[in-house]
Amino acid sequence: MAASTHPILDVKGITKRFPGVTALSNVDLALYPGEVLAVIGENGAGKSTLMKILAGVQMQDEGEILVNGEPTLIDSCRKATSLGISLIHQELNLSDNLSVGANIYLGREPRQYGFIDNQKIRKDAQGLLEQVGLQISSDALVSTLSIGQQQLVEIAKALSTNAQVLIMDEPTSSLSTGETERLFEVVRDLKMRGVSIIYISHRLAEVSALADRVLVLRDGENAGQLNRHEIKHDAMVQLMVGRDVSKYYARKPHPIGDVVLEVRDLITPAWPHHQLNFKIHRGEIVGISGLVGAGRTELLRVLFGVDQALGGDILIRGHPAHIQTPEDAINLGLALVPEERKEKGLIIDMTVRENIGLAGVWRHRIGLGALNRKKESSDTDEMVEQLRIKTPHADQVVRYLSGGNQQKVVLGKWLTMQPTVLLMDEPTRGIDIGAKEEVYKLMESLARDGMAILFVSSELEEILGMSDRALIMHEGRITGELERDVLTEETVMLLATGGSGMTNGR
Amino acid sequence: MKKSVGILGIFGLLVTIVLITAILEPSFTTPYNIQNTIRWTSLFGIISIGAAFVIITGGIDLSVGSVVGLVGVLLPMLLVKLGWSIPLALLAVLVVSLAIGLLHGLLITKMRLQPFVVTLCGLLFYRGFARWLTGDQTQGFGNSFDGLRQIAIGRIPITDSFGIPMPFVVLVVLAILAGIFLNYTIWGRYLLALGRNEEAARYSGINTERMIIVAYVIGALTAGIGGILFSLDVNSVQPAVHGNFYELYAIAAAVLGGCSLRGGEGTILGVIIGAAVMRVLYNAINILGIPTQLEFAIIGAVILLGVMADELVKRINEKRKRMEMQAASESV
Repeated sequence: MAASTHPILDVKGITKRFPGVTALSNVDLALYPGEVLAVIGENGAGKSTLMKILAGVQMQDEGEILVNGEPTLIDSCRKATSLGISLIHQELNLSDNLSVGANIYLGREPRQYGFIDNQKIRKDAQGLLEQVGLQISSDALVSTLSIGQQQLVEIAKALSTNAQVLIMDEPTSSLSTGETERLFEVVRDLKMRGVSIIYISHRLAEVSALADRVLVLRDGENAGQLNRHEIKHDAMVQLMVGRDVSKYYARKPHPIGDVVLEVRDLITPAWPHHQLNFKIHRGEIVGISGLVGAGRTELLRVLFGVDQALGGDILIRGHPAHIQTPEDAINLGLALVPEERKEKGLIIDMTVRENIGLAGVWRHRIGLGALNRKKESSDTDEMVEQLRIKTPHADQVVRYLSGGNQQKVVLGKWLTMQPTVLLMDEPTRGIDIGAKEEVYKLMESLARDGMAILFVSSELEEILGMSDRALIMHEGRITGELERDVLTEETVMLLATGGSGMTNGR
Repeated sequence: MKKSVGILGIFGLLVTIVLITAILEPSFTTPYNIQNTIRWTSLFGIISIGAAFVIITGGIDLSVGSVVGLVGVLLPMLLVKLGWSIPLALLAVLVVSLAIGLLHGLLITKMRLQPFVVTLCGLLFYRGFARWLTGDQTQGFGNSFDGLRQIAIGRIPITDSFGIPMPFVVLVVLAILAGIFLNYTIWGRYLLALGRNEEAARYSGINTERMIIVAYVIGALTAGIGGILFSLDVNSVQPAVHGNFYELYAIAAAVLGGCSLRGGEGTILGVIIGAAVMRVLYNAINILGIPTQLEFAIIGAVILLGVMADELVKRINEKRKRMEMQAASESV
């Protein structure tokens, strides 16, 4: 089917540079009418940047884009829309306080005598909702819809612009199994009607189920592509990682010690009806897997004192710990590398030195409260060397570092505090493959030295590769606990989407 | 380095205004005029330091002028009408200021109200309270507190005609304390960090709420100290107008001096130079015979130009830095 026609979208030699990093280097992509092209790659491989360029959010530095064979400059979102290209962001962009219809036509409201023509909106929106199989009123407020329904509203919105190319960025990252199935049906239906779809996902099982072709990006370059019959899990991983997976995740077995962190009947504010129980040992790396919204981040927030537990106990080395604030958690030997590095992990406009020193300001004070600049500098020098933070000098403002080096600054800040338990939320999100490998190596060596690591990840490969043991969460509960020898993509996905409870935990 | 560049800009502006005014009107440089300008700069500088602390947290304090007004009527009332001793009266008005700051801080952190709203209500409340307390009657010290008034109107003689005004001494002491606090203590680091990113500061174990309360207390305390000096200086305090708009002068001085209303930025020296620019400008308008109706217009325009120039310099610096990083990354 695909080979017989001309590509609707032909991307040639796209290069895009950001300060300190080349996000895309000479990337090609061809999309044919009525096909589903999956674009995969690890975090930081350049998928999002490429999609933003196609949708006119950013401009390429080099290379050209042909739309229906015509060289075209996509210099704004409006231009992309008029060319029939529509991007559905991972974070949905709907206004909660407006109705479904108002959202679909936001910024393009049909008018009559200068006023918004609500009747037309209602009528047209209802038709679009039917197309995506949503049985809701176009007058419903978006805030009353589930995430899955909102996702479909986004698609309806894209269809309202007569989109011929639909780019979906991780559409299932917060959907339940049922909602995912529903979405797949809609995608297949659109495909039958000739719409081309670029589908970005981390879930290789989904890609196998849905894609006609797979394009793999690695480190901002084309790593290869797979045709329908070649789409196999191992082949995709091989291309994504570019080398033997077992070496990439540098795990070597080492002895695991006593329990350092125990959680008993813990209730988080996000899921007030569920209690959580688990233990983590000295020298152990425990991964937490689950869908977005399963309560993973919320668990870490409670452990670190950002949110208050509604009930239950946290025990550190067997002693009940009263954690009300991050200050308490830090004093008890906990550290958290948060998911939103720039919002929560770093003071982005302060220097490397100030950031690395920040957590230890109080501990290292001189006398009543004088700042210990000497200690701050020596700690920074030590961390810059140990973590190989690439920065011209210790007084560089963190904003100008690459994502990987920024993450190392966050890690450096905590390592100066010598924590017993390191909590990490999506530790490798948005960093390049080299830095990723370094983070993995660091996790391994910290664990070998006795640190307990509890990390949340949405990347299955990372959970499978790094965990001694994995906790799988679904809608606020721990639905399973898997030892390394039984950790597989299938078992994790089954438990993460609410499959029957199974566990081999202790 | 970046900080000193910012100060150089505002310092250049100050020097320019001084030079132009001095050339156009030689009487600008008479010892009396210089002394007077320094005195007023010092008074405004004191309240601007506090305003800067609040602004550094990303907040705002609109109540400064009303606190100056309230303290301004309380002090003569306590001393003259109630006959309190001087130390007790001074202590009392400072405690009132401190309590006001504490209240603001608590409302903003514990109740999570917006600083603008809290201090706007403060602006209205303290002004109304001061007027009611005095029945709108002008308050003063008469002739019986000339000793105390020396801390506002006195001077340390250098020559026959020129001396260093006492408020300047107060300003220098406060500025040094503030500078040390901001740059050499852990709490100063906390303030700068939370001003840039409160959430990240909290995630680093900083008790951000406590530090925000501290900033509002500092803001109200300097307003109180300023209030004492302003009151002693004028000796006839009209409850309805004394200190009106001073919060805006203080905020303007802080902004001119390099504080960003987004928080996390600012130096004490910059703020004081900012206050000086405001006072010299005001003085220049009077001395050059520019219609005083234009006063606000000119001050407003100069602040706007100053802030625009500052923004441009920042953007150029930013661009240069990005280029440097790109060059560095490509050579690796």
